[in-house]
Amino acid sequence: MTDDPSTFAAPPLLSAGRSLDRRDFIRLLGGGIIVLFNANLSDLMGQEARTRGYPTDFNAYLRIAGDGRVTIYSGKIEMGQGVVTSLAQMAADELSVSLDSIDMVMGDTALCPFDMGTYGSMSTRFFGPALRAAAAEAKAVLLTLASEHLKTPPDALRVQDGVVFLASDRTIRVAFGQLAKGQKIVRKLDGKAVTKSVSEFRVMGRPEKRRDARVKVTGKAQYAGDIRLPGMLYAKILRPPAHGAALKSVDTSAAARLPGVVVVNEGGIVAALHPDPEAAEKALALIKADFDAPKPAFDDKTVFAHLLSVAGEGEEREKKGDLAEGEERSVSLFEGKYVNGYGAHAPIETHTALARLEGGTMTVWSSTQTPFPNQQAIAQAIGFAKENVRVITPFVGGGFGGKSAGLQAIEAAKLAKLTGKPVQVCWSRAEEFFLDSFRPAAVVSIRSGIDGAGRICLWDYQVYAAGSRSAEQFYDVPNNLIRTYGRWGSDTPKMHLFATGPWRAPGANINVFARESQIDTMAAKAKVDPLTFRLNNTSDKRMRRVLETVAERFGWKKAAAPSSRGVGVACGIDAGTYVALMAEVRVDAATGSVKVGRIVCAQDMGVVINPDGAKMQMEGCIMMGLGYTLSEEVRFNGGQILTRNFDTYEVPRFSGMPEIETVLVKNDELTPQGGGEPAIVPVGAVVANAIFDATGARLFEMPMTAGRVKKAVVAVSRKPST
Amino acid sequence: MKESISFRLNGKPIHLDVDGDRTLLWVLRTDLGLTGTKFGCGESLCGACTVVVGKEAVRSCQVPVKAVRGKDVTTIEGLEQNGKLHPLQEAFADTGGLQCGFCTPGMIMNAFALLLKTPKPTRSQIRAGMEDNLCRCAAHHRIVQAIERVSTLARGVS
Repeated sequence: MTDDPSTFAAPPLLSAGRSLDRRDFIRLLGGGIIVLFNANLSDLMGQEARTRGYPTDFNAYLRIAGDGRVTIYSGKIEMGQGVVTSLAQMAADELSVSLDSIDMVMGDTALCPFDMGTYGSMSTRFFGPALRAAAAEAKAVLLTLASEHLKTPPDALRVQDGVVFLASDRTIRVAFGQLAKGQKIVRKLDGKAVTKSVSEFRVMGRPEKRRDARVKVTGKAQYAGDIRLPGMLYAKILRPPAHGAALKSVDTSAAARLPGVVVVNEGGIVAALHPDPEAAEKALALIKADFDAPKPAFDDKTVFAHLLSVAGEGEEREKKGDLAEGEERSVSLFEGKYVNGYGAHAPIETHTALARLEGGTMTVWSSTQTPFPNQQAIAQAIGFAKENVRVITPFVGGGFGGKSAGLQAIEAAKLAKLTGKPVQVCWSRAEEFFLDSFRPAAVVSIRSGIDGAGRICLWDYQVYAAGSRSAEQFYDVPNNLIRTYGRWGSDTPKMHLFATGPWRAPGANINVFARESQIDTMAAKAKVDPLTFRLNNTSDKRMRRVLETVAERFGWKKAAAPSSRGVGVACGIDAGTYVALMAEVRVDAATGSVKVGRIVCAQDMGVVINPDGAKMQMEGCIMMGLGYTLSEEVRFNGGQILTRNFDTYEVPRFSGMPEIETVLVKNDELTPQGGGEPAIVPVGAVVANAIFDATGARLFEMPMTAGRVKKAVVAVSRKPST
Repeated sequence: MKESISFRLNGKPIHLDVDGDRTLLWVLRTDLGLTGTKFGCGESLCGACTVVVGKEAVRSCQVPVKAVRGKDVTTIEGLEQNGKLHPLQEAFADTGGLQCGFCTPGMIMNAFALLLKTPKPTRSQIRAGMEDNLCRCAAHHRIVQAIERVSTLARGVS
């Protein structure tokens, strides 16, 4: 059997059973040297924390214990993005301890202070600097203690591997553990701590192997579905055939007659439970239910017209110059409409949770990116005070923005409360597709123009349902306007028939696909090489540098498109990071199938904490991006989701793997920027531009399936040549 | 109907009294507590549940436990010997052939069977052999590197 999770140490925060202020919290903390810090400085985060009864002036802390070990407590979670390694690197370096002496306690609402969640490439950008400062502060405290202990002024001391010693005599020394023992020093980070400059880095900036690799290659890493409790039941829940369908009648009698089956029909849940998940599934199949399904309002083909019809008022941003004047100056005008259907997250681990009610506390092991908001939602759903709900986040088997709502955790908690038994809910693949919060279908419409010198003089950009992320203008356009209609969330009524939400760089993928396709169209009309056209139209130094770098590594040879070589370029900005891609494709004109042979990526993400981890994320972005670009598409008819498994939702496979080269463009003047999302945003455009270069056919819809490519190629070949 | 089923699991004889129609996947994950083998899709479309029976990689979500009667079953838990990682496990960890880690046991078991049959595969044989194992974090590049690294080791895989 796996380790019994009930042996978790008594949670210091929960034992209080009420809201805690900082003084209570500190009282409950063990000894050592403790630095409290706050990585989320925005008002929103503060308000969220206040409503949840946690101390509001910090959301993470680190402690150096009497044995010299350093523990970081944070509500962030590890879902493959590698923060268990990169965050530990930051703390180890600032403290001058070995990486091995750092422990991470993450995503446990009882052990960690409130945190909004893990998304938006924010862990390294915002949490990282605060963590580094906290570690630097702790080191300063330790140096002061060491100076007293060794009766030497602090500037005569040096630190290495958690040991303070005299610069002139290494034998006069004291270890961090010795200094921390018997102490209880609590500091609140006040922003004055001095962190290391890049030239002083010892652990940061060094490629580091994943610290979670060993448990993951041996099968020992525990995910929510791997926790086993005595007497636990597996639940299978009745789902409607379509979103919006209402249950008319249900007959559970046949299911209830199966030996060992527990049937629940209460509180909006109809479920069959059994100690064997397959027996529960068989029982569910015996439940007879009638639903009233609404008439399908639109489907995956008509959705784009629908989005335009419900869009409502647009929101203007980046207004510059005058569009009419831009139009007048244009020698060529271009209009493009770009669309992309709904996208699924499709993590290999489906949403899973295990809930146990014991001693008035509901403990839920949940695959989630947002344990604290989940805790609140569970408490509300089962009528508990949130102090009596504990969410523990084991390893998460992929999130990509899709594991935030926490419905499966609510379901498990409700069922555990109703049955009095520990209950696991593990969604089937069909449930995962049915209940996913999809990346919304979206439309981008661009009107643009160039003057006689090939300069962009008009940019009139309208985006529906995707928001403006990565649509920000970095080309030098005197007459510019961006209008957004509806956001990528579900806050525009009647826009979507099912849940939508963030998906690895929400909205940015369609925005960059549209912009960079449109740029290429203008370059082709001007008969200018697409790289040169971009460089001619942007003075943004960081963008020029990533473009020049990628061109050099790729071996870009200048030519106007279509050159029939099948090469393309695209670039973008996301989460503060600049990225440029070049790709080489082969298009089979007879079938329309596209084979991407090679992609080169240059990325400027400021200071790089873990170059190996950063490159892994870049490679993952490119490979995953090929999915939304070429094959991933959710099929639906009204509220009925027709995509139910990986046979029809085609995620990238080994056969589609191009040669991938990644280059990190050095920029140590800038603090670390996002790394988990940027390289995915130009993938659609770079492939579309390479297809255009190969065939002269411009694709306006993603995914660029073989059928769509073939249609576009045929249309071009039928056009009389000019 | 419960029946008596014996087979070898990770080198050791095992005896079960179970309904032989239950899938190997869930018998492993529940009765035997071997949770390294993952549920991903339930229809043999993702490979997360891959184990090796004899020398064949199989999708344990499609195999009734009675079908492995008398056979040798190897799961991810059976690769490590005396605290020493199998070369494939080493290589996946070293090259970073994993991110969230959820597909990793299935990937490694599939690669294990691939190398049993083809100790020195070409890159295209690796791709073809791994084609039906899905990795949503898209670590494909390094997974191929990891398998190539092991296949070039002198002693091979077993």
